[in-house]
Amino acid sequence: MTEFSRAHVCAAAIADAFKDDGEIFASPMGMLPMLGVRLARLTSNPDLVISDGESLFLGGTPPLFAKADVVEGWIPFRRVFDVVAYGKRHVMMGATQIDRQGNQNISAIGDFAQPKRQLLGSRGAPGNTVNNRTSYWVPKHNTRVFVENVDIVSGVGPARAKAAGPGASKYNDIHRIVTNLGVFDVKGDGDTVRLLSVHPGVTVEEVVEATGFALDISTDVPTTREPTLEELIVIREVLDPKGLRFREVPEPVTTDEVAK
Amino acid sequence: MTKPRDKQMTIDQVVAQLSDGMTIGIGGWGPRRKPMALVRAILRSDLKDLTIVSWGGADVGLLARAGKIRKLVYAFVSLDSIPLEPNFQRARQNGTIPEIVELDEGMFQTGLYAAAQRLPFLPMRAGLGSDVLVNNPWIKTVASPYADENGDFEELTAVPALKLDVALVHLNRADVHGNATYLGPDPYFDDLFVQAADKAFVSVEQIVDTAGLTVDTPVQRLLINRMMVDGVVETPNGAHFTVCTPDYERDEKFQKAYAAAAGGSDEDWAAFEQRFLSGDEEAYQAAVAEFRAEQEATK
Repeated sequence: MTEFSRAHVCAAAIADAFKDDGEIFASPMGMLPMLGVRLARLTSNPDLVISDGESLFLGGTPPLFAKADVVEGWIPFRRVFDVVAYGKRHVMMGATQIDRQGNQNISAIGDFAQPKRQLLGSRGAPGNTVNNRTSYWVPKHNTRVFVENVDIVSGVGPARAKAAGPGASKYNDIHRIVTNLGVFDVKGDGDTVRLLSVHPGVTVEEVVEATGFALDISTDVPTTREPTLEELIVIREVLDPKGLRFREVPEPVTTDEVAK
Repeated sequence: MTKPRDKQMTIDQVVAQLSDGMTIGIGGWGPRRKPMALVRAILRSDLKDLTIVSWGGADVGLLARAGKIRKLVYAFVSLDSIPLEPNFQRARQNGTIPEIVELDEGMFQTGLYAAAQRLPFLPMRAGLGSDVLVNNPWIKTVASPYADENGDFEELTAVPALKLDVALVHLNRADVHGNATYLGPDPYFDDLFVQAADKAFVSVEQIVDTAGLTVDTPVQRLLINRMMVDGVVETPNGAHFTVCTPDYERDEKFQKAYAAAAGGSDEDWAAFEQRFLSGDEEAYQAAVAEFRAEQEATK
């Protein structure tokens, strides 16, 4: 039971990104972020405000993708924008590219005028990153995601925010980048991406190899903490009994997880 | 007793109000409560060179594939359960939409607010530092005339008004005068679209009498008032295949078929068009019913 797989480490690391947020709206995009936020709400930060991803604030903390629950508020899209500007929000977005200065791209790959690959569009990334705390989740850390310069800046990193002036920088707060390999922030030398910890079983060399730019790395990089027994029980029995987390982070899998 | 005027129209009468080169705002959000019956009517028309303003879903994909769009203003285009809209991707990657304006999704709301309030712009932070301002150099910043707590005069994005010639929205119910109510969980931004436009047309699942609008739903759901509306059309299942809760959920099987055709070969798309988009709305709904029956039969 104390065995765990990488998905659990990631969920706990994401939960840790939200543990000191206090009573704010936690907006996870994607499955692992949703799992991590709900894990935080059931353990380290019960004050977090969470939604169904549609238009309702949830009174309880239901399993992934469960619908029925007590409703404690109304959060249609227009009010999400209100909360973004109000600032009491922490969003964890995905990222098709992240660069050395913590800029993120979800718009398109290649030249904007005629991209090689059109993605979603900038969505709310420009507004999120200059208004409320923003983190990123990358399930497959590799050199295609972590690039020297993103093709299109959707989410704004601290250096660009500062260059744009106090209107952009005063609420710019890129908090954490959690990947399947480690945990990062953007507080490295010259506002660059810094390695905070490597997940159990991952080496610093592996992270460097999978990153397309020079990371800020201290001489002694700690290991990401292991999930607690309580967290493992909450994840397995309460939040994700179907094991959906393994679709996003399939490896490495321990024997006790394969049996599930 | 005298009553306000009756604004009921047919789908074709709405489309007859549109002309080449117009700026058309399409309500709803992504794959949710889109005025698809009106979009399909535009596909059938000769209209061209349109500027489309939309938090986009298949509305944008279909219009792009049909070559109707000269300029697209959007923050994202997505089918949600299928994140990337294949027809939109294709149009972007082939460069077939001449003019592209990609905004942050909150800027989009602010732009509609500005238009609805007849202001040239409204300030906000979104856009600052991002490539939204690089790729749209016509969007300017503006200095606050007031010093902040540090004595700085903050430079903010001056989000330009997204002024529309016409707004098309789809709600659950309306009366013949144009008072309209949504019954699902989210109003989206349909009230902003209609107020940002010179003319607004509302399609609904059902036209009821005015008293019926508040019989079984709170008055707060009356999102749109008749003074904002020029025409009302009853189009049952008119948001198909997008979601229109509580009347119906998104038709995921149909959406999957749409996306497969859109992302497939030219022949795949031609077959989809031939089957679903070659006739009028009645023919479309009949083809959808047949599709559904097939899906049921293969269960």
